[in-house]
Amino acid sequence: MSTFEASASLGPPAAARVRRPSTLTAYRWELRKLASQKRTYLGLGLAAILPIIFVLAQSLRDHRGQNQGNIFAAHITQSGLATPVLMLLFLSVFMLPLIAALVAGDIVAAEDGNGTLKTILTRSVDRGQVIAAKALTAMTYGALAVFLSAAVATMAGVAAWGFNHVVTFSGTVVSAPEGLLLVVAANAAYLIPLLTVVCIGVLLSTATRNSAASVVGTVGFTILLFIVGQIPGLEGVKPYLLTEQYENWHGLLRTPTDWAPIGHSAWVCALYAVPALLAAYLVFLRRDVAGG
Amino acid sequence: MSDAPPVRARGLVKRYKEVLAVDHIDLNVHAGDVYGFLGPNGAGKTTTLRMALGLIMPTEGKVELFGRDPIREGARALEGVAGFVEAPRFYPYLTARKNLQLLAALDGDGARTRIDEVLETVELAPRAEHRVGGYSHGMRQRLGIAAALLRAPRLLILDEPATGLDPAGMRDMRLLIRRLADSGITVLLSSHQLPEVQELCDRVAIVDTGRVVYEGALADLRRQGGAGYRLRTTDDVNALAVLRAQPGVEQAHAGEHGLSFQAQESDVGPLSIALGAAGVGIFALTPELATLEDLFFRLTEGNGAVAGATAGATTAGNGQLTEAAA
Repeated sequence: MSTFEASASLGPPAAARVRRPSTLTAYRWELRKLASQKRTYLGLGLAAILPIIFVLAQSLRDHRGQNQGNIFAAHITQSGLATPVLMLLFLSVFMLPLIAALVAGDIVAAEDGNGTLKTILTRSVDRGQVIAAKALTAMTYGALAVFLSAAVATMAGVAAWGFNHVVTFSGTVVSAPEGLLLVVAANAAYLIPLLTVVCIGVLLSTATRNSAASVVGTVGFTILLFIVGQIPGLEGVKPYLLTEQYENWHGLLRTPTDWAPIGHSAWVCALYAVPALLAAYLVFLRRDVAGG
Repeated sequence: MSDAPPVRARGLVKRYKEVLAVDHIDLNVHAGDVYGFLGPNGAGKTTTLRMALGLIMPTEGKVELFGRDPIREGARALEGVAGFVEAPRFYPYLTARKNLQLLAALDGDGARTRIDEVLETVELAPRAEHRVGGYSHGMRQRLGIAAALLRAPRLLILDEPATGLDPAGMRDMRLLIRRLADSGITVLLSSHQLPEVQELCDRVAIVDTGRVVYEGALADLRRQGGAGYRLRTTDDVNALAVLRAQPGVEQAHAGEHGLSFQAQESDVGPLSIALGAAGVGIFALTPELATLEDLFFRLTEGNGAVAGATAGATTAGNGQLTEAAA
C-alpha cells in the first residue's frame, strides 16, 4: 500500500448546524441490514415451508371417514381458504412467536456483541431514534412472517383444493372473496399478541445484551405463560395471559362477528407491550455501550 | 459554540463497582491540536474516550465537545465530531460501500456525497464492493478512518488507529493523520505507540491508573524532563569532581561511555570554562534530550522524577507537574 492520497476537499467544515436524519431513515437502514442477513431468511423460510408441507401431507392423506377436530379441518378439502386458517391455528402458539423472537431478541444484542452499536451511536442519530427503528423493524419482520405464512398457505390451499366458499366456526357459509378477507383480518388480529411478543423480545435484547438469551428468554416467557394458563386454580388469571390472546381472531370467523376478543386482547397486550417498550427505551437510553 | 474548545473534560470519573477505571480526569484539547492521549494498557484511555463520545455515562464529572455534553445532548453534541474507540466495527455482511452508505444515511447532511472521496482517501476504492467480513485488520482500520471522514469532522477522535497494522500501514496511517491535522482538523489520538505520538502530537496527556499524570505541550514535557548531557574528556575522574562542584549541574555520574549530567544550557558554558581551567580536555560534550519514552516510563512506572516532581505527580492542567493529591 502506498501512502494515502488526501483529497483536496478534506478538512474541517464550518461549524454549521447539521441537518440530522429522521427515524424513518434509521428504520429503512435497519430493514436493509435485516434483508442482508441469512438469519432473516431462516425464519421466513420456516414460515413459508410449513404451509407447503401441511398441504402436501393433506393432499396425500385419505380424508374419508376421518373425525376432524374443528370445522376448518373438516372442510380442508372443500376450500383452499381453510388452509390459512388452520395454519394460523397451528403456528400461532409456538412457531410464529419463535420466528418473531429470532429477530426481536437479536436486534439490539447482536449489534452490541459485534460492536456495531457504538458505530451507529457515534453518528447523528439519537439513541431514541435507534431503538425506535429497531423495534419497528422487529415488528415489521414479525408481521411479514405472519402474512408470508398466510399467503403461502392460501396459495397452496387454493392450488390443492380450489378457491371455494368456506364455512366459519358458527357454521355459516361465506363466499370465497369474503373468506379471503376474513383470512387477512384474522392474521391482522393475530398481530396484536405477536407484536407484543416482539416488544418483549426487544426488551430482553436490550437488557441482556445476549442474542441467545433474549431469543430463548422470549420464547421461554410465552411457554411459561402457556403453562400458567393450564394450571388448575389459576383460571382467574387466564384471560390476562398473553398466550390466551393468540386466539383473539376466532371471533372474526363467527357470524355475527364477535369483536370482544379483539378488544380484550388489545388492552391486555398493551399491558405487556407498553411497559416492555418503555423499559427497552429507558434501558437503551442510559446504558453503557462498551461492547466490541 | 464555535469558541468552545473541541474537548474539555472536568473531574471525569468512571467506576465499575469496585474498580475505578477513570479517576477525576481533566482534559483540554484546543482547536488545531494534535493531542496525544497516552497511557499503558488499562490506564483508562478508552473508557475516557467512550465517555467523550457519549457511549458510556460518567460516574462523576462531565465532558464537553465544542461546549456540548454528549450525555445530555446526545447526537447533537457529536456535530463536527467523528472517530472510533477500540477497533472500528462494521457490518461484515455488507460491502464497504454499503457500510458507508448506511453510516452516511445516519449522518445526513450530505455525507453520502463524500463516500467516493473518502474511499479514495484511504485507498479502499478498488475493494469498495467487497464485503467487510473479508477485510484484513488494516483495511478495517482504514475503513474506520473513512467512516469518520464522512462526517467532515472538526474533531477526530482516534483510539489506537495504528494498532495491528504492519510497518507500512503504520507509516501510512501516520501520514494520513498528519495530513488531516494539517488541513485544520483537531485530532485526539489515543495511543501507546510512543514514536507515533512523538512524531504527530504537539500536546499530550499521560494517564496512569485512571489519572492524568501530565497534560501539556510535548515540548514542555521534554524540557521538564531535563536536558541531559554526555561528556567525554581526557581525565574523567577530575572532570567528575569539577561537575559535582559546578553550580547548576545535577545528577553527574560516570558511566561506561563517559560522564553524564543534567543542566540548563546556560550552565554548560561556564562548565566548559571550569573544565579547561582544571586542565581537563574535552573530546565531546553532547546534549541528550529526554525522549518521550523516557518521560512516559518515568511518569507511569514511578521509577524516576520529571523536573523534580515525584512519581505519581498529577497535572495542574497547564503543562506543569505538581505533587499528587493522593
